[in-house]
Amino acid sequence: MAIFLTGQSRVMIQGITGSEGRRHGARMLAAGTKIVGGTNPRKAGQRIDLNGADVPVFGTVADTMAATGADVSVIFVPAERTKDAVIEAIEAQIPLCIVITEGIPVHDTAEFWARASAVGNRTRIIGPNCPGVASPGKSNAGIIPADITTEGRIGLVSKSGTLTYQMMYELRDIGFSTAVGIGGDPVIGTTHIDCLQAFQEDPETDVIVMIGEIGGDAEERAGAFIEQYVTKPVVGYVAGFTAPEGKTMGHAGAIISGSSGTAQAKKEALEKAGVRVGKTPSETAGLVRTLF
Amino acid sequence: MDLFEFQAKELFAEYGVPVQRGKVARTAGEAREIAAEFAAEGHPLVVVKAQVKTGGRGKAGGVKLAQGPDEAYDKASQILGMDIKGHTVYTVLIAEAVDIAAEYYLSFLLDRANRTFLAICTVQGGMEIEEVAHSSPEAVARIPVSAIAGVDSAKAAEIIAAGRIPAEAAAGAALLAERLWTMFVDEDATLVEVNPMALTDDGQVLAVDGKVTLDDNASFRQQHARFDDISNTDPIEARAREKHLNYVKLEGEVGIIGNGAGLVMSTLDVVAYAGQEFGGIKPANFLDIGGGASAEVMANGLEIVLSDPSVRSVFVNVFGGITSCDAVANGIVSAIGMLEARGDHVDRPIVVRLDGNNAAEGRQILQDAAIGVVEQVATMDGAARRSAELAGTASKGA
Repeated sequence: MAIFLTGQSRVMIQGITGSEGRRHGARMLAAGTKIVGGTNPRKAGQRIDLNGADVPVFGTVADTMAATGADVSVIFVPAERTKDAVIEAIEAQIPLCIVITEGIPVHDTAEFWARASAVGNRTRIIGPNCPGVASPGKSNAGIIPADITTEGRIGLVSKSGTLTYQMMYELRDIGFSTAVGIGGDPVIGTTHIDCLQAFQEDPETDVIVMIGEIGGDAEERAGAFIEQYVTKPVVGYVAGFTAPEGKTMGHAGAIISGSSGTAQAKKEALEKAGVRVGKTPSETAGLVRTLF
Repeated sequence: MDLFEFQAKELFAEYGVPVQRGKVARTAGEAREIAAEFAAEGHPLVVVKAQVKTGGRGKAGGVKLAQGPDEAYDKASQILGMDIKGHTVYTVLIAEAVDIAAEYYLSFLLDRANRTFLAICTVQGGMEIEEVAHSSPEAVARIPVSAIAGVDSAKAAEIIAAGRIPAEAAAGAALLAERLWTMFVDEDATLVEVNPMALTDDGQVLAVDGKVTLDDNASFRQQHARFDDISNTDPIEARAREKHLNYVKLEGEVGIIGNGAGLVMSTLDVVAYAGQEFGGIKPANFLDIGGGASAEVMANGLEIVLSDPSVRSVFVNVFGGITSCDAVANGIVSAIGMLEARGDHVDRPIVVRLDGNNAAEGRQILQDAAIGVVEQVATMDGAARRSAELAGTASKGA
């Protein structure tokens, strides 16, 4: 079954004619994703060749959905245009919208989130600034490499792209049901908690791995959620123990301000909830291994 | 990006948020001239305020009243060059003193947890605001602000009323709040704070001090580069920024280069753990070269990291995701070639760990290149330990 993205998902790309859209569109197709179309308002009616596959280009998300039955959109448009692209996806009521684009002003993210909420969150937003969702052996929507792991029974949720890949690779023999990269921005659509809940309910997931990093209090809130609602074993990892206060570490959200957002506080909150927390990525993978 | 008080007040003034008159001085002589100018206009009493991006300036002795140009000179001499929580004072703001009847607090900020904005307002403003928020949180009003609806005059009045700002200041405070919100949105700020928001003896409401944080992601539509602070930026960080590298200088001995923010943060931690065994060796920097890791970016990264004299060894930690490891390995080989050709001799050991897509091919390329300073270790933990060990040995030898 996996979460959010399955073998039946019909995936479209906003920004399909751009270099990132084409490149990752071809990759996703090669990974078995059903890519049904994409948008570029100036190239509506044309077709685009993605490594031999002939894919239709539409003017709008609504047109793409009407013609192809698309139910997932992956966004690759530049940061300047991302807010409008997400709002278009929300207005078209697509069930899942994955925002890969990085460098989006947080006022834009807050606005498209407010718009999604105003219509009852009919569109699940993942990201922005995230690597996307991969359900190995079924579908791949975003930029997560498809060939570093296999299908299996671990569910993974992470703020970080490369740490996600590292973990998927270290545990490739056990395999993953779904890996969700939720992104490292200060405001994101889908949270650790949303993913924990989905994995808890997913019959194909036995163990959950949660990767966090400094900044905000999402991990602390996830800990409280786990304590109350999650019965499956959860293994955690937090990056940024050595990060100094007040310096942004790559991700716009990865900043320690005052006494809040430290890795130590997050680790303690997770351990209090019964989560086993690894000291390094390898040790974390080792903890997961003992559960199989 | 955090702004200095004087920069925050420049923005306030642009948006019609009332501030008292002030000018910036870099020397005590300039402070005297500014105070003389204010005195000639009938305002001999000034405040000399240290410009540093940290709180607690008043308690540290960085804010002083001065009567007339000579006293302004003396106070500026005392404050310039002071160290306040690790920040050196390079500039002071000379502001006309105002007679303050009451001090309030007002801010707009991003509320990450609720994915919206928040207004915070209280009648108990001033230096003890954090103490007030801690001891009597009920006195501090927290009002959610919708990213769509924003703050109009009615919402501003609601915020001011919730903060229990008294009637004599309410109209001025609400107008200030409305204009402050416009600035918050139009400038892509993530925090605007006015503390104290002061009521003066003559009934005006003023922003006497301000803190502003701007969103770096909005640089494509903002002119925020004008606020860049050269005096307080580490010189290596400044050069890294010119080369568009995501670099943060830290206090340590192992230079770090990796791909992806999370992996690099994790690398810093793993090196620090391993370094405990070698006399407290620590990572010297954060450097994320991103997903692509081209030869040129790798060369620029290596150059920046090696330009830090405290670096004794370098750890290149790459996970090949979309980019395969053979491309990364070729990048490392040509990066070292480029540096040598430029005349930058690479003289410190570089420990490389490649994993992920085409890792075997990548490792073979590095092995065949047979570069003396490059040493490969298969795992992240092992490579962290080896780079800490090499840095420890070099430190002892030096």
